[in-house]
Amino acid sequence: MTQSTLPRLLRRNAEQMAARPAIREKNHGIWQTFSWAQYWEEVRDFALGLAAHGFRRGDKLAVIGDNRPGLYWAQVAAQCLGGTAVPMYQDSIASELVFVLSHAEVSVVVAEDQEQVDKILSLRDELPHLQLVIYDDPKGLRHYSSGGLQSFADMQAAGREFGAAHPGYVEAEIDNGDPDDLALLTYTSGTTGRPKGVMLSHANLLGSAQGFIAAEDIRVTDELLCYLPMAWIGDSLFSLVLTLLVGFTCNCPERPQTVQRDLRELGPTIAIAPPRIWENMLTQLRVRAADSTPLKHRLFEFFRGLAERAEQRKGEGKPASLISRLGLALGEALVYAPVRDQLGLRRARWVYTGGAPLGPDTFRFFRAFGVNIKQVWGSTELAGLASLQPDGEADPDTVGRVIPGSDVRIAEDGEVLIRSAAVFKGYYKQPDATRDTMIDDGWLRSGDSGFVDRRGHLVIVDRAKDVGKLADGTPFAPQFVENKLKFSPFIAEAVAFGDRRPFVAAIVAIDLTTVGNWAERRNLAYTSFQDLSAKPEVRRLIAEEIAEVNASLPVAARIRRFLLLNKEFDADDNEITRTRKIRRRFVADKYAAVVGAFYRGDSEVEVMTEITYEDGRKAALTSTIVIEEVLKATEPAREPAYA
Amino acid sequence: MNGGEASPGEAQLTISGVSKHFGGVRAVEAVTLSVRAGELISVIGPNGAGKTSLLNMISGFYRPDTGAIVFAGKDITGARPSHIAALGIARTFQNIALFAGMTVLDNIMLGRHVHMKAGVLSSFIYWGLAQKEEIAHRARAEELIELLELEDLRKQPTSGLAYGLRKRVELARALALDPKLLLLDEPMGGMNQEEKEDMARFILEVNQQWGTTVILIEHDMAVVMDISDRVAVLDRGRKIAEGSPGEVQRHPDVIRAYLGTAKERREVAAA
Repeated sequence: MTQSTLPRLLRRNAEQMAARPAIREKNHGIWQTFSWAQYWEEVRDFALGLAAHGFRRGDKLAVIGDNRPGLYWAQVAAQCLGGTAVPMYQDSIASELVFVLSHAEVSVVVAEDQEQVDKILSLRDELPHLQLVIYDDPKGLRHYSSGGLQSFADMQAAGREFGAAHPGYVEAEIDNGDPDDLALLTYTSGTTGRPKGVMLSHANLLGSAQGFIAAEDIRVTDELLCYLPMAWIGDSLFSLVLTLLVGFTCNCPERPQTVQRDLRELGPTIAIAPPRIWENMLTQLRVRAADSTPLKHRLFEFFRGLAERAEQRKGEGKPASLISRLGLALGEALVYAPVRDQLGLRRARWVYTGGAPLGPDTFRFFRAFGVNIKQVWGSTELAGLASLQPDGEADPDTVGRVIPGSDVRIAEDGEVLIRSAAVFKGYYKQPDATRDTMIDDGWLRSGDSGFVDRRGHLVIVDRAKDVGKLADGTPFAPQFVENKLKFSPFIAEAVAFGDRRPFVAAIVAIDLTTVGNWAERRNLAYTSFQDLSAKPEVRRLIAEEIAEVNASLPVAARIRRFLLLNKEFDADDNEITRTRKIRRRFVADKYAAVVGAFYRGDSEVEVMTEITYEDGRKAALTSTIVIEEVLKATEPAREPAYA
Repeated sequence: MNGGEASPGEAQLTISGVSKHFGGVRAVEAVTLSVRAGELISVIGPNGAGKTSLLNMISGFYRPDTGAIVFAGKDITGARPSHIAALGIARTFQNIALFAGMTVLDNIMLGRHVHMKAGVLSSFIYWGLAQKEEIAHRARAEELIELLELEDLRKQPTSGLAYGLRKRVELARALALDPKLLLLDEPMGGMNQEEKEDMARFILEVNQQWGTTVILIEHDMAVVMDISDRVAVLDRGRKIAEGSPGEVQRHPDVIRAYLGTAKERREVAAA
């Protein structure tokens, strides 16, 4: 089984479960289903089309756009011919596209629609390797005349012609394939520096997938909604590798804006999402509860409190009282089940959070409401997943057990090391970076620091390089503080500072939707994000939220000063990655003036921010922002009397 | 698909010597204009130049005082709006006219009513022809939803939508008639740059892909010059120029109508 490749699995599925649904796409408001037999035909015809245009073993094909069956088919088609798929972030700006496409020497780009085609065509002069641009959705593109621009359907038509002249061509190419062939070249968004091309072979991908199915209950009848960026390894693992290995059904949403509704309509049985999505869901839920009638709101809050307390007791191993069990049963009927239904999680057996740590409060909230949410951990270099929490062992503090077939070791400096079949083949054309990451005997340095607890669960403390110490020597893990902050529905992002500093301070970006909603209900007029974030009322609101967070933080880690940023953290400005991880060092450098002001005790600071538009233009924004004090910096940190 | 009876290149709409006076105001004065099937023509001019009045006469809201309007070989001068709509002329309004309490989908489906043939009884029991019809019309509505990127708003009441989105819904409803000729009265008014670009994309797609003839009234000159095949310029009710976007931009009368004479400009600057 380990000696397989993705195209071989596709052929197996087309033979052994030809009629089973492989992938669906919502189109014209209706889910259109493609069986495994059809999936194979689509892939085969497209692969033949590629072959007819001279695509050969070792060539690279990039896909860019939202999750569409055609973009998944194109990736498998390239792999059928011994080529490599390079999935890209659909919201990449020009400079990122040029970097990846030229670094990977991509010769074929499959773009979702006119928007993406326009982006690629405008960069054509900078991409000498690019020969063919193929589009999936012809809307607006019919009158484009540009050499090497083709529709997906035309490619397949050319493929059928080529196939008639060369019978058995793709099948023979698949047989020629080797599990060690490079299947996927995926660029890590990287919280530092330039993206790196992670080389993953079929054996790597299947190594990770097989470890996963050995540890988790996953079935051929499962339904998954594919809505995460295709360039994220988590999406490749589930929507490409696992679906081929297991045979379950992938579902592509109609449009990014309809994901929430599509999720509810579909009711997937399994789901994976990064923390950002869970935080968003929770925020939406709380806004809607606050907007509903007072009775409903109070019911929601009452049963939420009940469930969270019960979950807490369960975590501590205490038995639930009869009254609390009765209350939970009532809550299930009145609140928990309807909420799960609204979220589209009614049929979900398990859902994962991964990619970054999820705040324990958010985690507990979902578990309290009966959602079997579990933490997973992995990395692009490990072909996705490396550890997960078995059912019944969910815990906000750990990332579970490493999957079968992997070994874990903790280095002397606390870094987590992993050895398995999934460990990648190296960074493309960056042997030095590869050497820094791999150590002898196939161990991979994960870049995260952590330890293995008594149960055998892996605990990740933080990015190894982020964990620091306050000036008095107290360990300081910024992400821990930030996750606490992000539990507030009014806070979208936060960056905490404190390494080698006397106290903790934070830059906070408000959540425009919820704070805007809050302002409207108070008849507080505002014009823009910048305007809203500068309102003293909003500062007070966030100060109260932070005070609440502080109550649950160890004394030394409490936030004393903060500032509301006049804009959102934006991937186009390099402040966060496309998977929404804070680029901590970059932010610290960019806002050095703010950090300086925090610790000098200034009451305001002049911030000059540079904004990058999607077309690459830049604009500067200068404003004076007030720094708010939550705890007096001079006040000795001590436990308040009521705590 | 909906090119109309007239083949491309042939005049589909002929306006000859049309005038409309309101009391002493000469809203439209002896305007002659010929529009070919499949063409995208813009009518521009300063405020009060008579653009909307001209559109109102084509769609039958005003009856011309003099002159004749011929569409697809039929004289429609002074015909009732419902009659003209049934012939395949649809329009949108400068001020949005949607059914506020109804959803986006219902508003679009309403635009299909001219094509519905099933009677009251069969519609009521939803069987046979009525069912088949409903499904076909719904499929068409879905095509429009896809074209105008309204997927996430199907079930939303139009009253709660942002202005730019309501304009899009209005266009979808006009297109639901499967018109041969589409009259657009300032479809981009009050929109930001991004919304304008989207709207321009949609109009071009309708014109190029479906072959629908479009008469566009629009103030944004960049958009007009970018997407029009031809431009007609009205000033104080009269047509003062007509031609390709380039020709019109260089036309001295047009420059004068828009920027005033050099003398007037000096006066304005001095004031």
